[in-house]
Amino acid sequence: MTLPMDVEGPAAPPRSNGDLVFAEPWESRAFSMAVALCETGVFTWREFQEALIARIARQHDTSSDWCYYEHWLGALEDVLARQGAAAADDVRARATELAQRPAGHDHDHR
Amino acid sequence: MTMSESGERIPASLRTEAVEQLLTERGLVDPKALDKIITTYETNVGPLNGAKVIAKAWTDPQYRRSLLEDGTAAIRELGYIGAQTEHVVVVENTATSHHVVVCTLCSCYPWQLLGLPPSWYKDPAYRARIVREPRKVLSEMGLELADDVEITVHDSSSEVRWLVLPERPAGTEKLSEEQLVPLITREAMVGVAKIRAR
Repeated sequence: MTLPMDVEGPAAPPRSNGDLVFAEPWESRAFSMAVALCETGVFTWREFQEALIARIARQHDTSSDWCYYEHWLGALEDVLARQGAAAADDVRARATELAQRPAGHDHDHR
Repeated sequence: MTMSESGERIPASLRTEAVEQLLTERGLVDPKALDKIITTYETNVGPLNGAKVIAKAWTDPQYRRSLLEDGTAAIRELGYIGAQTEHVVVVENTATSHHVVVCTLCSCYPWQLLGLPPSWYKDPAYRARIVREPRKVLSEMGLELADDVEITVHDSSSEVRWLVLPERPAGTEKLSEEQLVPLITREAMVGVAKIRAR
């Protein structure tokens, strides 16, 4: 249910369309990267969309484990790997490196 | 859940950070540009653009006709066209005919018009069930339709995005186009709700 509140002007509250758009910050980063890369022509929207459809189709489980942005991220990785923009090995190596940061590394980050 | 070549065992948050770092180093993305995209979609886009299209159609019979005839051109005329709204077909809900939109394959959605898709739109249960038992699903979502109302379910695709032109509610005859805009909800433009006068 969306309340009929001001949508423009100084009294307008921040809009989230009635629910949280992103459950976690990484989801918004993954989302924006795909949009940005389409805008700059690194891949087409069509390519990304097909990768996303393929990812979703591979999941037969429709339980509560469903996470849309997991698939989104997977699709992004697939397309980037295919394009040679970021190989799966590179991503894995960097993520592993990031995982080894000491606790509290990001206390003043963003 | 299958573990794929891209290392799904590593948490998504770390993989996302890794991808962003690599792409930034390679000059393919700019973190500031990403912030801007997020802000745009979270705060500025919303269903507002779609609502403006609908309010105009309600108050301008000629615009309404062009919108139903060629949605893409009519929406482009208002400047709300982009990568995601290349081909939009507008369908009109009436007292006897109801349209509802789904994307059974993934979650194609006219972002530029309606903002980011809500969680229920992306839910596998909605995507599967709305096609099989639309009346029941709509009723569960709070929209009771009489048995004689014909329901049409439109499946979005990368080629066609559907936008529902909801019925203008009784009691809003005196409202201006600007006053109508805040009444128009995203749910109504997907076809899972009706619009109520305040």
